Amino acid sequence: MRRLRESLPLLPFFAIVTIFLIVPTITVVASAVIDEGRFSLDRVAALFSETALAALGRSVFLSASTALLGALLGAVLAWLIVSRPATSMIRRTVLSLCSVLAQFGGVALAFAFLATIGLNGVLTLWVQEYFGWNLAGSGWLYGLPGLVLVYTYFQIPLMVIVFLPALEGLREQWREAAVSLGASTWQYWRAVAIPLLTPAFLGSALLLFANAFAAYATAAALVSQGSPIIPLLIRSALVSEVVLGQAGFAYALALEMIVVVALVMAAYSALIRRTSGWLR
Amino acid sequence: MTTRVARAALWVAFAAFFLFPLYAMADFSTRNLLQGGRTLKAWAGLVTDEALYQSIITSLLLAVLTVVVMLILLVPTMIWVRLRAPWAKGLVEFLCLLPLTIPALVVVVGLKNVYLWVTYLLGESALTLTFVYVVIVLPFAYRAIDAALSAIDLETLAEAARSLGASWLVTIGRVIVPNIWSGILSAAFISVAVVLGEYTIASLSGFQTLPVQIVAIGKTDGPTSVAASLATLIFGFVLLLALSLVTRRRRHA
Repeated sequence: MRRLRESLPLLPFFAIVTIFLIVPTITVVASAVIDEGRFSLDRVAALFSETALAALGRSVFLSASTALLGALLGAVLAWLIVSRPATSMIRRTVLSLCSVLAQFGGVALAFAFLATIGLNGVLTLWVQEYFGWNLAGSGWLYGLPGLVLVYTYFQIPLMVIVFLPALEGLREQWREAAVSLGASTWQYWRAVAIPLLTPAFLGSALLLFANAFAAYATAAALVSQGSPIIPLLIRSALVSEVVLGQAGFAYALALEMIVVVALVMAAYSALIRRTSGWLR
Repeated sequence: MTTRVARAALWVAFAAFFLFPLYAMADFSTRNLLQGGRTLKAWAGLVTDEALYQSIITSLLLAVLTVVVMLILLVPTMIWVRLRAPWAKGLVEFLCLLPLTIPALVVVVGLKNVYLWVTYLLGESALTLTFVYVVIVLPFAYRAIDAALSAIDLETLAEAARSLGASWLVTIGRVIVPNIWSGILSAAFISVAVVLGEYTIASLSGFQTLPVQIVAIGKTDGPTSVAASLATLIFGFVLLLALSLVTRRRRHA
């Protein structure tokens, strides 16, 4: 009875989260396997059609390549940042910029690259004038190669944000201990720092993969025709649902996305748990 | 010596990669395509273009509403969980971080039935997006407020206020909240940045928020879209930089 009374103030929170997060998720999962009141795998089977499989392949390629690029370059940038004192203005500025680009960029980033290497982009015109090459030729920016470039632009800052705490957790004493035992800088990195950082690095890379796999805004703003990747295929399924009788395909695709992201995030938290021992 | 040169070269390379597109946006949005030279026409479009201006107002209103609802919902819940219902702490944390695992795109696909009810009860307005946005900003807000709550002696504060006869509302509003002000401020700033940039849910639910309008205009008027995009990026950057400076000052005090 007391417990009941004490849980009453939590009700509004649980209600909002249930209605606007849990119910939609359950709707997706249920609608993917229930058709007109009966269990059916027709919708899930549509995921193995040629279109859906090709989109999945491209999504995985896009996420994996930008996760790899973002993780490597982001780790380097994080290493540059960590050598600056925590209160320095450069560090604050760079971290704020990273945060904006990584988490809140969305459609703005698509327009950043349209302004840079689009048809009349600034870089396009410069290169045209001085070298005579056409950078924007064949419209590669609006396809998979363009997505790889723009995604890398927000994956690197995200890597900085998630990887920096691990890098900061490396204690100066460990380096001193290694050096006083006669290790060179290179030996310290190879035998101490890199083995310590590996789980955090791999975990961050997985987070980047999930981030790219689920990202929608940038791709939607950049690619207005065709649906090369899963999120854009969901868009076209949603928009044309009424017209083409594609009812339910969007649910199946969304379920596929839940499964992929959940698997990746599970691996991520398993890896991060290994770091949390020394990271504090 | 070589390390220093390598460091400097890397800084320059990263700066070029990240700052050039931003510079290009400024250049692109001020170019005068007809006569050459510079013009601020695209930037003036932010207020003179009726549809764009309306969407800016909508997005700002949404940001404010989301922050208010999020704070009213989350702050008392998190305080209550720490003081009186510790058994629910794990569950609340799990639910707050869940939106990181469930993509916004998935939420919007499953949202149709829920929104039939919402529009039935509250009418069809872009401002009804507030509820979903509160859920979307939960992970960011939770971390900020959780850090601030962990830094104070919550139990002692609450017991002192309660034993002096303060009600729970007064205890939370006038004793605890002033002590976690920095956490509340970060939660609010980050939420504003998230809401102003949110495109997925707004566009697929058919509401005209700023990012949706930016994409719509981009099909005919590139410079104005680029100007609006750069404006949102700068706004977000200033917000987060100010936050990092404010929280530093508090830590010193």
